[in-house]
Amino acid sequence: MKNVTHLKLHEKAVIKGFTDEVLSVKLMEMGCLPGTEISLELIAPWGDPIAIEVAGYQLSLRKSEASSILIED
Amino acid sequence: MASKADLKIALVGNPNSGKSTLFNLLTGLKQKTGNFPGVTVDKKSGSFKLPDGRIAELTDLPGTYSIYPKTLDEQIVQEVLLNQEHPQHPDALIVVADATNLKRNLLLFTQIRDLNIPCVLVLNMMDLAERKKLKFDLRSLSIDLGVKIVATNSHSGLGVETLKNILTQELRVPKKPFYPVRSLAEDTIDKIMSSFDIAEDYRAYQYAQQNVKLNFLSEEQRKQIEQIKSDTGFYDVPTQSQEVLGRYTLISETVDRNIKTNDVKELSLSQKADKIITHKFFGYAIFAAILLLIFQAIFAWSEWPMTFIEEIMAGFSSLVSEALPEGVVRDLLTDGIIAGLAGVVVFIPQIALLFGFISLLEESGYMSRAVFLMDRVMRAFGLNGKSVVPLVSGMACAIPAIMATRSIDSWKDRIITIFVTPFMSCSARLPVYTLLIALVVPEQEVLGFLNLQGLVLTALYLLGIIAAVLSAWVMKFILKTKQRGYFIMELPTYKVPQWKNVLLTIYEKSTTFVFEAGKVIVAISIILWVLASYGPGEDFDNAEQIVRSEMPSGTEEEIENAISAYELEHSYAGVFGKFIEPAIRPLGYDWKIGIALITSFAAREVFVGTISTIYSIGADEEDELTIKEKLSKEVDPRTGEKMYTPALGFSLMVFYAFAMQCMSTLAVVYRETKGWKWPLLQTIYMSAVAYLAAFVTYNIFS
Repeated sequence: MKNVTHLKLHEKAVIKGFTDEVLSVKLMEMGCLPGTEISLELIAPWGDPIAIEVAGYQLSLRKSEASSILIED
Repeated sequence: MASKADLKIALVGNPNSGKSTLFNLLTGLKQKTGNFPGVTVDKKSGSFKLPDGRIAELTDLPGTYSIYPKTLDEQIVQEVLLNQEHPQHPDALIVVADATNLKRNLLLFTQIRDLNIPCVLVLNMMDLAERKKLKFDLRSLSIDLGVKIVATNSHSGLGVETLKNILTQELRVPKKPFYPVRSLAEDTIDKIMSSFDIAEDYRAYQYAQQNVKLNFLSEEQRKQIEQIKSDTGFYDVPTQSQEVLGRYTLISETVDRNIKTNDVKELSLSQKADKIITHKFFGYAIFAAILLLIFQAIFAWSEWPMTFIEEIMAGFSSLVSEALPEGVVRDLLTDGIIAGLAGVVVFIPQIALLFGFISLLEESGYMSRAVFLMDRVMRAFGLNGKSVVPLVSGMACAIPAIMATRSIDSWKDRIITIFVTPFMSCSARLPVYTLLIALVVPEQEVLGFLNLQGLVLTALYLLGIIAAVLSAWVMKFILKTKQRGYFIMELPTYKVPQWKNVLLTIYEKSTTFVFEAGKVIVAISIILWVLASYGPGEDFDNAEQIVRSEMPSGTEEEIENAISAYELEHSYAGVFGKFIEPAIRPLGYDWKIGIALITSFAAREVFVGTISTIYSIGADEEDELTIKEKLSKEVDPRTGEKMYTPALGFSLMVFYAFAMQCMSTLAVVYRETKGWKWPLLQTIYMSAVAYLAAFVTYNIFS
């Protein structure tokens, strides 16, 4: 199953679901809803954290958090 | 203030929605910082006049993305809105939303709107929205959302007068909720509504969702809700998921109906800037340059205003001492209270400079990039990306640095940062270091180009950094927290900072420090003054007679100096210094140094002045050369050899590198953690580290 951390820089994807229920609510509040298109926009120098573009703004999150967002292949 | 207000208004909104700017526009300088009852969260409130002459009291609630709190700050929002008995529970709400990112901002709005508190929606940053070519049908949006809408531009202040006018009118409470939460848990909502006498579905639903977190409910009420939940089969998280999804669906429809977007997909300026600012080389280079600039500012630029303040306070002190007759009252005023006050106001330049920079970095949007860059590195030591600025500032002064930890959301990360920041070598340690280094380290070159004295000084700074990092790493394992830490954070677009916000931040931080930490500093200063100016028994009272009879010859100056030394020796501080002598012997210290350890608790640099008095050098503190010469001639009465050996010198340097010798730091930690637990633990821990390290150092070198 692919998740956000598998994306390449500037690659787009559509959110399919989440693996962590508690985290998913927080992410959804921030606009990461299933069916929304996102793209990977920034990767910090040590590969972590990363920033994605979602719902018209940039959201940064740690890799451990990003790996809970599943994307459609 | 609360009693005078005719209307209580609260300001809520997402972080970065321009909420604070709007707050500043509405209240100007009529604002103050206090506490929310029972919690460690600052309350910013202010007042302003409505066009109809009534006075409104405005509370700026912490920024949050939803009514479900993730941090202590966000919990305040929920508590104030749901507890109708809360002293800050508003008569009306201003919900601020960023017009350029309306869908996400409306989530919080629709949740709050469904609680049926009269509210008005402010669409802020309309100028930016226009630049993004968004077209709003505000009338229709207002009908769909069921509330009045004001479009503002907090840069120009456009729309603020309209907002004030709307607040004078009766704000309608919408009849129907925006989102029909009832369909999610009908039975649960009905039972809670009847048991708790609640009129709104969503309020009852929130009781079910948050019963453990709502502090105003009694233990019994929480259990009652728990029972209702298990009877009706209510599960918090899945229901919350459904709610968020449901709300977003409705919000999306509403926004798409009323706002025409122009899908121009071009790389924004912010995105281009981010390429450089988060670059693996340029990113760190830029950040390092900014840190260096901040460090330079607190360290060097603050010097002349600090000297200026010191001179004013000294002038004030001598004015008072000339005006009053000699005696206890005069001494208490000049040496106790005014000295204490001087010790408070002298920090204002450093606090102002640091918060000026921090506020500029935050306003511009750079701060979240710095956090983004540093998070991975800092996490290895149990710290947070947001710990960097406080730690580096701590190399100039721990006081503003600890105040700057406010931005760290995670309680655990914040406590760790506060705890370890005083290990960073601050500017007050410098006079102690330079005196001791000059005394015991020979001036010579190492490897042909390095100065040995400079190397020792660098090593002392490194020692502080290592102690801070190691302590943080250890605390990471010791501290337990129930709170789950997130790093899910918005990277706001870059903006031009607003000077008014920067200046108000400086003003707010400085006054908070003076009035809150200042009390503790003045109190400790008075205690220290009593200890050094009074003594038990005849020796202290008859100091002059005794010294004069022992020293029949000698210049008046020598006699004066000898009297001061004799008085200090027989003061309470002196008695206490002798009392602790056995404990500090293993570090190589005698009672004279013991006294200096006690008095320099006021501030580390006091060490130099005390040493100068106790050895009756009588030299000005600035006159380091004289002090150095005298000290190098001091003989240890026990061994008959030189007192200030390298072993003693290094032992003292290491002690001052680690010990919590600063009452102002203590006061500010007390103020920031709202209790004595952390400042006391910190003092004990730092003293223990200092003692052990000094002990080891002394034994290695002797």
